[in-house]
Amino acid sequence: MSEPIHADAAQDERRELHSYLNGAGFALILTLVPFALVHWHALSRSNLLIAIGAFALVQICVHFRFFLHISFSHQREDLQLVLFSALLLGIMVAGTVWIMASLAQRMGMT
Amino acid sequence: MSRPGAKYPGLNLTSAHGADDAEAENLMFGFWVFLMSDAILFGMVFGSYATSLNATAGGPGPHQLFDINSAFIETLLLLVSSTTFGMASLALKYKHGTWRLIAWLTATLLLGVVFLGFELHDFSAMLAKGGGPGRSGYLSAFFGLVPLHGLHVLGGCIWLLCLVGQIARYGLDTAVKIGVMRLALFWHFLDIVWVAIFSVVYLAGLT
Amino acid sequence: MSPLDLFAHPLGRLSLDALPFWEMVQDPSRTNVINGLIGTGAASLVGIGAVLSIVLITRSRMWGVLWNDWLTSPDHKKIGIMYVVLAFVMLSRALIEALLMRTQQAFGLGGGFLSPDHFAQLFSTHGTIMIFFMAMPFLTGMINYVMPLQIGARDVAFPVLNSISLGLTAAGAALVMISLCLGTFSTGGWFGYPPYTEATFSPGVGPDYWIWSLSLASLGSTFSGINFAVTIYKARAPGMTLMRMPLFSWTALCTSILMIFAMPPLTVATAQLALDRYLGFHFFTNELGGNMMHFANLFWLFGHPEVYILILPAFGVYSEVISTFSSKMLFGYRTLVMATMAIAILSFTVWLHHFFTMGQSANINAAFGIASMLIGIPTGVKIYDWMATMFRGRIRFTVPMIYSIGFMLLFVLGGMSGILLADPGIDYQVHNSVFLVAHFHNVAVPGLLFGMIAAYHYWFPKAFGFRLDEGLGRASAFCWIIGFMLAFFPLYALGLMGMPRRTVAYSDARYVPLEGVALVGAALVVVAVGLLIAQLWVSIRQREANHVFAGDPWDGRSLEWSVSAPPPEYNFAAIPVVTDRDAFTLAKEAGTAFHRLDAYEDIVVPKNSAMGPVVGIVGFVLAFGLVWQIGWITLLALTVAIAAMIVRGFARNTSRIICAAQVQVEHLRWLDAVTAAMPVTRANERSPLNDGLAGREPDRITL
Repeated sequence: MSEPIHADAAQDERRELHSYLNGAGFALILTLVPFALVHWHALSRSNLLIAIGAFALVQICVHFRFFLHISFSHQREDLQLVLFSALLLGIMVAGTVWIMASLAQRMGMT
Repeated sequence: MSRPGAKYPGLNLTSAHGADDAEAENLMFGFWVFLMSDAILFGMVFGSYATSLNATAGGPGPHQLFDINSAFIETLLLLVSSTTFGMASLALKYKHGTWRLIAWLTATLLLGVVFLGFELHDFSAMLAKGGGPGRSGYLSAFFGLVPLHGLHVLGGCIWLLCLVGQIARYGLDTAVKIGVMRLALFWHFLDIVWVAIFSVVYLAGLT
Repeated sequence: MSPLDLFAHPLGRLSLDALPFWEMVQDPSRTNVINGLIGTGAASLVGIGAVLSIVLITRSRMWGVLWNDWLTSPDHKKIGIMYVVLAFVMLSRALIEALLMRTQQAFGLGGGFLSPDHFAQLFSTHGTIMIFFMAMPFLTGMINYVMPLQIGARDVAFPVLNSISLGLTAAGAALVMISLCLGTFSTGGWFGYPPYTEATFSPGVGPDYWIWSLSLASLGSTFSGINFAVTIYKARAPGMTLMRMPLFSWTALCTSILMIFAMPPLTVATAQLALDRYLGFHFFTNELGGNMMHFANLFWLFGHPEVYILILPAFGVYSEVISTFSSKMLFGYRTLVMATMAIAILSFTVWLHHFFTMGQSANINAAFGIASMLIGIPTGVKIYDWMATMFRGRIRFTVPMIYSIGFMLLFVLGGMSGILLADPGIDYQVHNSVFLVAHFHNVAVPGLLFGMIAAYHYWFPKAFGFRLDEGLGRASAFCWIIGFMLAFFPLYALGLMGMPRRTVAYSDARYVPLEGVALVGAALVVVAVGLLIAQLWVSIRQREANHVFAGDPWDGRSLEWSVSAPPPEYNFAAIPVVTDRDAFTLAKEAGTAFHRLDAYEDIVVPKNSAMGPVVGIVGFVLAFGLVWQIGWITLLALTVAIAAMIVRGFARNTSRIICAAQVQVEHLRWLDAVTAAMPVTRANERSPLNDGLAGREPDRITL
């Protein structure tokens, strides 16, 4: 049975459908470019790594915004939670990399 | 996008769904918190991977073992499956009926299963080349990360089947709706983790 | 032979030499006999305890009550009580282990009586139990019981998940208990560093017991953290903004956030160690690219927030206790909240101070050292706030207050030794000496343990409807305080004299007198626990005289005191509307505290569920199968676990209704008791005159 749920439903649905499709489109582009860059060795190694990282971060934001509907405009609790988690994750991963790199360097681990 | 009155992450049901919209709030928020702890878990495993890049112990590394084409296909499979789940969420929210919902869910499931098939093939190819987890610290870290994501996807597929079973038994009652919405969060979250995996593991490994 | 071959055998690697007396029988040397007798004695206690429990429950025909009213109950109050019971049982075991170790070290100059292997198991189980199966259940139980009542909620957000968390924790505890009877526990300490705990150096079952019991417990704690956080965010009573919550609920919120984010690194560390041990991975091995230092990093990413999980609820308890028994509003509420949040965030930035000596650069050490010193500041703020609360208050020296004062004096010393240790230069001198052991016991015992015991005394009347005996409580408190000081202050000196931690024997005769003093302290602590047990026994026998059904024996300030003792199943006949902090005090002053309701409504509560006990039992069986590598048990348990989750997903009709008439009857019964009760002055609150109705006495003027 297919029926609209209220008067503006069709319009809302079209808007949300476009959100998903736009998100998928952006994500696709943000996927194709880094794969292409790697496949054709288009940049120097360090530039390539930076590009891959940047595209990944942007694509993750695209997923959050278009698929998970987390954005700056509405009720902030879920966004606060994501940002807080990201902060802790950043501290924990950055700290780990800093510490382990120092250990590796000082102990001559190649 | 401005969405006044959104109660919880993901696609919100509207007042047209009556009490289900309010009841979802605690369950959706709780599941979102769980996903954040899962994100930390993955983050730690990524940290292990990132700090093991040099621990190849003379064994094979990314250039010997990774297949960029396979990684690309897997990425597309998951991206499309996220989109099909989005369609399923819309079918649920705008009450397009049970069959449409199940059709989109089935499409998602198929894409997920094919994804797992490709991954298993990748892993067995790596093992055949002597690139198994017991070979080096680097490979242990790889096999600690990528199959962890695969196990999550497997869990999602099983959950999806259970939800379809519940739809068959109970129709689209409150619990089923909230179940589909939570699985949606889970599925999109796993796609996000995959973006990190293909970037940090496959692309960075092959530069 | 693949690491997994043993899984195919029907009994895995379980055989007769798993029994505690086997080695003694095979080779009766003096060492083996002494250690074998101790081990067999301990195992017998477990067996006797189990049999005794079964016999007692059967004879009093309580299996139905146990199953229907407790094990399958989704009620946060019942679950909270069961957590605390678990904590007390495990506390008893871990204290006996402590006494054994202290005795060994008092005689350590001559080598003592314990074998090094036995001693190593003792310090491993002592630490593992105290942290994961005593402290965590104790604080989880307290938060479970008190927090929903304090925020005006009927239960936690996910009651059945709550029951599952308890099941998982109990399963982990059961696994540690069964390690007394079958096999041995890890000898790698409570943090199990590889490569010592890798299969190469510890091929036995010990580290596997450790890994799986921790995995069960940490999963339970993660779920509890999620549960509490969602409850506090979403289920507060109308008008109770976050800044109107009692401090204990604030610390519960920060603790739950720590649980959510700190458990994953532990899960990863133990899972990776398990992969190394079972499937031949090389995360932490000596060869083929393993990196043992990564384990230390991961473990302490968990371990440091963990110790703040332990202390924050205790800080919350002290806020409540000091405010109530100083008859005064808490001083500096806002700064206490900010300090709590600061401690929670900073706790994620200091983990490296647990391994200053591992070899990273001085810059890294300095950065983490500074962060570690910074974290002392918000704690200091709290101490000043509590002192200011007491200042010009009308102080009553009840048992919880005695513990709080002991805490303020002793914990500050422990904190200061922590600041000393935060300096990497100093830490290099005393790392892994008993100076460190003194420090962490100095913060854990007067901090966490005194807080939990104070909480037990403070909220026991609310939970069970009668007060605990005051005299025995005081005696116990003084024994704890003196016993703690005697047991641990000598260790500061010993550490500076060079005594390493975890030493079964030593050769420096200067240690002996200090070890002797420490042994006296340990014995005094055992006496203290004995007094607590005696207190409970006596209090139960005198409960008729000490009933406080009206529910407010201490002139409390927050909402949990505004209902009967014990509270009704649904906590509140009507959810209160809150207008400010210290909501119950306001209501008492306004005269609205004990009102009949105009209309009563049906209340929806969750139905009982077998998921908690099922997950617990299945979790235990799965872990046991993994430890002993019994393939069919492992597979069977895994299948049942997944099946249970799927079946639960199909459950509908998971709530039941308590009809308005019943609510009315219970509410009126309580109000009648309040009317009949004699208001008690603060001077008489510890006498049988206390019916649970506090008299109106003016607070001192607040600052």
